[in-house]
Amino acid sequence: MNKKSSLMSRLAGAPYIVWAALFIIVPLCMVAYYAFTDNTGAFTIQNITGLAKYTDTFLLSIWLGLVATVVCLVIAYPLAYIMAQKGPEKQSTMTMLIMLPMWMNFLLRTYSWMTILEDTGLINTVITSLGFEPLQLINTRGAVVLGMVYNFLPYMILPIYTVMLKTDHSLVEAAQDLGGNKLDVFRNVTIPLSVPGIVSGFTMVFVPSVSTFYISQKLGGTGTILIGDIIETQFQTANNFNLGASLSFVLMILIFVCLAVMNRFSDDDGGVIL
Amino acid sequence: MSNNIIELKNISVAFDGQQIIENMNLYIRDKEFITFLGPSGCGKTTTLRMIAGFQEPDSGEVIFDGKVINGVPPHKRQLNTIFQRYALFPHLNVYENIAFGLRLKKTPEKEIKAAVTEMLDLINLRGFERRNISSLSGGQQQRVAIARALVVKPRVLLLDEPLGALDLKLRKDMQVELKNIQQRLGITFIYVTHDQEEALSMSDTIVVMDSGVIQQIGSPTDIYNEPKNAFVADFIGESNIIEGVMRSDFWVEMAGHKFKCLDKGFGVDEEVDVVVRPEDVDVVPVEEAMISGQVTSITFKGVYYEIIVEIKGFKWMIQSTEFQQQYSTIGLNIEPDAIHIMKKSQYSGLYGDYSSFSEEFDELSDATYDEDDE
Repeated sequence: MNKKSSLMSRLAGAPYIVWAALFIIVPLCMVAYYAFTDNTGAFTIQNITGLAKYTDTFLLSIWLGLVATVVCLVIAYPLAYIMAQKGPEKQSTMTMLIMLPMWMNFLLRTYSWMTILEDTGLINTVITSLGFEPLQLINTRGAVVLGMVYNFLPYMILPIYTVMLKTDHSLVEAAQDLGGNKLDVFRNVTIPLSVPGIVSGFTMVFVPSVSTFYISQKLGGTGTILIGDIIETQFQTANNFNLGASLSFVLMILIFVCLAVMNRFSDDDGGVIL
Repeated sequence: MSNNIIELKNISVAFDGQQIIENMNLYIRDKEFITFLGPSGCGKTTTLRMIAGFQEPDSGEVIFDGKVINGVPPHKRQLNTIFQRYALFPHLNVYENIAFGLRLKKTPEKEIKAAVTEMLDLINLRGFERRNISSLSGGQQQRVAIARALVVKPRVLLLDEPLGALDLKLRKDMQVELKNIQQRLGITFIYVTHDQEEALSMSDTIVVMDSGVIQQIGSPTDIYNEPKNAFVADFIGESNIIEGVMRSDFWVEMAGHKFKCLDKGFGVDEEVDVVVRPEDVDVVPVEEAMISGQVTSITFKGVYYEIIVEIKGFKWMIQSTEFQQQYSTIGLNIEPDAIHIMKKSQYSGLYGDYSSFSEEFDELSDATYDEDDE
């Protein structure tokens, strides 16, 4: 009987195992293969060692990703906290409002920011009509961070909100009971208990922000080239799969290191599974 | 100055238009072990939360040590709570959980260590300092919760059904332990439970509540021997509640017989509720008996047999050490001091006889019954 059920569970897992093998493991191996070969297929580490000239781009990508993630956290945390205190009806309305933009196409959302930020866009039209000098809004790093924050904010709010919602309210009462004022309770109970939500929100915003190319292309102009843009160019126009793969490979390792550092911060029990 | 540490004056509370507590007045003496006892939804937890500061009364005054404390937040009240499911902080270990209150008070590290160690001794958990909360058993978590509350030296400890999650044997041990701790520390314990046995064995004073109204306040023996109405008689222990008529002082007629009793002061021919505890009925030969009836069932309970006897259509419960044949007719005697007379109340006639299952049992199988924890 035991044998049979284990066979059944193996069979049930089969579709995903096949999926994972075909679309996760194999592509990863291909990335590694291209990263360590030249265009004749011979082994080389020159792709990797040659990446030194992209150091600034790597650092800029990680820096902007980090800024966007921190901004998201600063906006999302109080919002999630307030949401979790509200009655069930208000909560579902607010969740709905947060999810709503996600139902619209990502490209469309980024495009609309272009029309808002453009030199002759919505904001500058208003400013100039009031008699002020137009501002340089688009094609700045700020615009790129704004695009990241706007697109990825829900991924920070929702995990934090979910964790806060699950927190047993009697823990808050226990802390008050033991002499904690509002600030004490927030610092010693609410924040530590929400760490798992912060960690998964951090991951879900940081990873796509670091590797984005579309947001930087549309809102960053030629001045803000991120690592995602370079990778895209290698595959789309330069046709240098080896360089593209090695860039991806190194980016993956860098993200992995960033998240490992993050997990270290949050103790063992709150960590995300990488 | 009275020695009342807490007074509740004309307290009323309503949630969503539903009256939870109605004009409650209560005095709690310093250093006593007082228990709020009642079925779920009777307002006992609400009363406790009001004393703790988690709930404000709609009207009335909460007085602590002579001062009105309405509106004073929980962290400024000199009392601490043991929560129903302990509410230990999952992100802190045993030591840090106990030290929590002291750290908030910015106590020096040395004093914290000494105080926590003392508490760990009190609850017999030395050596568990670094353990994770989730690795502790229910009984151990319970003890940590007690230590966490007591380490800040409250004058009053509030306990909200603290033993509900423990199994029977552990519960009995913890009852003894809690009582010991209370006596050793000499502080006031306010205990909330729906378990009448727990209330009887631990308390100095029991407050029996139902539908937001105090039904009776008294010592365990008072409450058991002199219940004020049918609700109290039914809720505390087993009891036969029989309709009777007071024929004159010291004489009550019930089940077709005039019994001598110790109660007086009722009107002539006043209808009353009579309480007779199952253990106070003597089984005697039919010819010598005051009343007699047929045994409808007999159940062995270990120390005694539980016998259901039908007398004039009303089923009595009797506890006796002697076996009786089912369907046989037996005689029963009731001594005057075994009879307790109560005035008629809104609860009269609600509890019936021992022919059916308890109300709780019926509720279990009733899908429309709404069980809430107040």
